[in-house]
Parts: sequence; structure tokens; C-alpha cells
Amino acid sequence: MLAVDSVDLDVRAGDRYGLLGPNGSGKTTLVRMLLGLVYATRGEIEVLNKPVPRKVNEILPDVGALVEEPAAYPHLSGRANLRLFDAAGRGGSRRTRHQRIDNALEQVGLGGIDRRPVKAYSLGMRQRLGLAAALVRRPRLLILDEPGNGLDPRGIRDFRQLLIDLNAAGTTIFLSSHLLGEVELLCTRVGVLDRGRLVLQEDLAVIQAPTGRIIVDSPDAARAAALLNGRVEAREGSRLVVRHDDPAALNARLVADGIRVTEMAAHRRSLEEVVLEITSAGSDQVGGTRE
Amino acid sequence: MITVELYKLVRRPRTWISIALLCALPVAVAVFIAVTHLAPPPGQGAAFLSAVVQDGSLYPAAALALILPVFLPVAVALVAGDSVAGEASTGTLRYLLVRPVSRTKLLVAKLVAVITFVLLAVLIVTLTSFITGVALFGSRPPAAVGGSGGLQPGLPTGGTQASSSATSISGAPLTVTQLLERVAGAVALITVSMLGVAAIALFLSTVTDSVLGAAFGALAVLVGSEVLVTLNAAVAVQPYLPTRYWLAWIDFFRQPIFWRDIQRGFGIQAVYVVVFLAAAWANFSTKDVTA
Repeated sequence: MLAVDSVDLDVRAGDRYGLLGPNGSGKTTLVRMLLGLVYATRGEIEVLNKPVPRKVNEILPDVGALVEEPAAYPHLSGRANLRLFDAAGRGGSRRTRHQRIDNALEQVGLGGIDRRPVKAYSLGMRQRLGLAAALVRRPRLLILDEPGNGLDPRGIRDFRQLLIDLNAAGTTIFLSSHLLGEVELLCTRVGVLDRGRLVLQEDLAVIQAPTGRIIVDSPDAARAAALLNGRVEAREGSRLVVRHDDPAALNARLVADGIRVTEMAAHRRSLEEVVLEITSAGSDQVGGTRE
Repeated sequence: MITVELYKLVRRPRTWISIALLCALPVAVAVFIAVTHLAPPPGQGAAFLSAVVQDGSLYPAAALALILPVFLPVAVALVAGDSVAGEASTGTLRYLLVRPVSRTKLLVAKLVAVITFVLLAVLIVTLTSFITGVALFGSRPPAAVGGSGGLQPGLPTGGTQASSSATSISGAPLTVTQLLERVAGAVALITVSMLGVAAIALFLSTVTDSVLGAAFGALAVLVGSEVLVTLNAAVAVQPYLPTRYWLAWIDFFRQPIFWRDIQRGFGIQAVYVVVFLAAAWANFSTKDVTA
């Protein structure tokens, strides 16, 4: 079975790239291919300018990864787990290793963890530990599969800020998610997978560019509609959708005619609208009338 | 990476529980014999058991004969079968591989850990059973070992059937050095035999993500081999079966040492180890890690 087909992924250094797509669209398979865990049958993959899977052992020291759910040795403490994973890779004296493990734990908000074994951790703590494991090597590129899983709203916000800070310091971030709102808040560029194909890849700013419509909310909606006759596309109670490019000019015109304006905003498409429009139902949804 | 695997081995409760259980069986048998004085008559029951009543320092040999047919292979198959499949099913395998750890290195480290486990188990059983034997049955000066059985010194029993040859150990006096050399030889052959089991289980462990599948698969091979070893109709394949020369280590305790089966035992196990490790490597190094 072909899980991923004709995907032409283009992530640039410094991006905060969000890979979106319904369940079963191939996000995780793609992430595994990038990390050399699953071999692509055709095509070329380059990560940090080197070919995967041939040079994967040169690439991965600069990559931090979280693939699906985090995993750890349940009978060991969180710190012992990080030491094991860190020791499995090359590089660093004992002191620098301890130092960077402490730093990573601090970064994800686990600075004070004790000797309790990981099997006693909550889902959120496990997720944080998994993120810490990805951060230990101070990677140039972070590849994160569903990083927000199991985190509460505060955890998600802290983590978003952490990623933005790391990105500002030069780390490229590639994450997959089906939380559109989260991607909208965090990413600068998105790709959308559907049934194994990349159906959209664009800067978020372009996707969310003004659509040439302005939404006006006014208690004098009827008068406004009469004044802007021909430009009003829809009217619903006090809300008008007006075809116009310049909110400031439109506002000035309305106010000059004595029309009160409570709210005015350039219309932008939400990521949700865009994604739902171009993707099909996820593989977890089994309807009787598909296709 | 080898250090990491050894650390995981010694920090894992299962390692010590299984070794404790391996030690417990011979201790229980010794206690029963010491309390009831009902040792099997010479030539019957498990190898060496009749002799240990005379000399407790021979009990390690009896203990190894007790755990070899079932308990030791079960423990080895479980540890080796768990080595890759266990990490795959808990998800830690993918995090080791993206560290990065090369697949070959990981497999070698796993193998070293399994060898360590086998050696640890055999040595600890040898040691505890020696203490048990001497404590419960007392020990005679080594020179007197020969006197107890009443057989003529230096007379080989001629049979290759292991259980009936036990009496021959008392046929000749052994010096302490000789005894130690022979115990070392026996431990070596048993270890190599267990490595044969480990190689099969390790190969299966790279094929499936199920620990039980890999462990039971290896045990099924052994049970099948045991069935064929006793089947006259299968005489043509018997020299190539993995369990055919398992008990040849008993020949170390003959006077003089009966080398033929010992050499064949080492040879056949070497073939099994090489073939199945090569298969494990070939399979694992190109495998899609999807767990």
C-alpha cells in the first residue's frame, strides 16, 4: 500500500513549518521517512542538505525528534532516561552531558523532577520528557510529530513560546499536527497532506491574506447597505460583508455619512476553512457514502 | 552503546528476578534431597544428583543439569527475544535510532548484553549451587572424589547418553585445578549453547514487534529439536539439531574428557549463532521501523 505519494516538501532554514492533514493522511509516515526509520521506495529526501537515508547518521546529530507518542524506559527516572538516550549518541564529556540534560529538563518545565520512575508520570509529563529528549542536543532542526498531545492549555502555550524562542535563536522547526488553531498560532508556513499527497504548501501569511472583503458591524446596517449598494455581498442582522480593499477608506466614508460602526475587519480565511476545503474525511471516519 | 545496553540490563528488575528463579530451583532440589536423603540412585534422574550426596562441591554440575533443559533456555529466549521487539513495542527503538545509533551497532550491543546475561546467569547459578551443595552435603577433599562411586579410575562409560554417564564422574580422582578447568569448560559449552538459543530469539526479535512471539518462537524451535533428537526416524538430521549436543558438557567430567561430542557441540552452535545473527542483521538493517 502506498502511504505517501508525490510529496514535494520544501522546508526552508528558519521556517516554522506545520504539516497538516486528516488522520491517516500520511503525516507520521512522512516524518519517519525524514528520520530514516522508514525507507521511501522512490524519490529523494534531503534533510539539512544531505540525502536520507544514506547520510542519516551525519544528519541526525543535528536533529531533535518526537515521533508519535513519547517513549521511555518505564522503570527508570526521567533523568536516567535522558542520560541513556543521550549516552547512546556520540559526543560530549560527562559534565557537558549532565549540563545539557539539566538545561533540556529546565526548558520543558521539568527542572525539579525527582527519582520517581517514568511509569508514575502523567501523560503531560511524559510528553514534556519526550520534548526534553528532542532538545538535549540543541538541534538545528526539530522534527516534532503531534507535539501538543497530552499538554493542558497552559502547557501548550508554554511550549509554543519555547518553540518560538528556539526558532528566533536559529532552530528550524518542522511539526505535524491536526490542531489547526495551534498551527495557525505557531507556524509561518504550512503544508497540507491528504491521502498521502501534498495538496497545499504555502506561507501562512499568503493563505491568510485579505480576501478583498471587509466585515462591517453597524447598528445602522440598513443605511450602510443602501449607501454601499452594489458592494454588499451579504447582510445578516447588523453584519455586512462588503467587497472593498481598504478598511480605513471604507470607515471614513461610512462615518462621513453619519453611520455608526461598532466593528470593522478585513476578512481573512481561517486555516480551518482552507484545510477543510481541500482535504477529505480522515481514515478514522468510516462513512457509508464515501467517494 | 554497549555500556548503555549493559546499564539497561543491570537496572532492569527482570534480569535479577529471572536469575534468582534460576538459582532457586537447584536450591529447592538440594533442600529436598538433604531433608529426605532420597537422592536418585546412580544412573537415574538428573545428571550428577546421585553423586552430590557424597560430595557437595559437585552440586554446581547437578544444578546446571537441572536448569539447562527448560529454565535457562526460557530465560535466555525471553531476554534475547525482548531485545529488539521489546524496544519496538514500547517505542524506545525509534528514539534510539534517531539519536542516531546505527542499526548494526545497536544489534551488536544487544548481543553483548544477551551474552552478559547468559554468563551472569550461569556463573551465579554455579556459585550459589556450590555454596548450597557444600552447606547441605559437605565437601570432601578433591582427591577423595574418586573413591565415592566405587568405579575403577579412568573408565569411560562409553555411552553418550548423558543421564546414564553421571556415575563416571566419580570414576577418577580430580585435582582442584582439574575440577576448575572442567567446570570452566562446561560453563563455556553451556554458554555457547545458550548463545545458539539467543541468536534464534534475536533474529525473531527483529522480525516481529511481539516479545512473546519472538521468545516462544525460539522455544518452539528448541522443543521441536528435542522431539526430533529422541525420534529414531529422524536420525539423519539429528547431528544438525540445535539441542543435539546440549548435554555434551557432561563429558567434561569424564576421565579422560570425552571430546568428540564437546567439539561437535561447539561446532554446531557456532553455525547456528553465525547464521541467525547474519539473518538478524540482514533483516534489521533494512527494516522499516513503524512501531
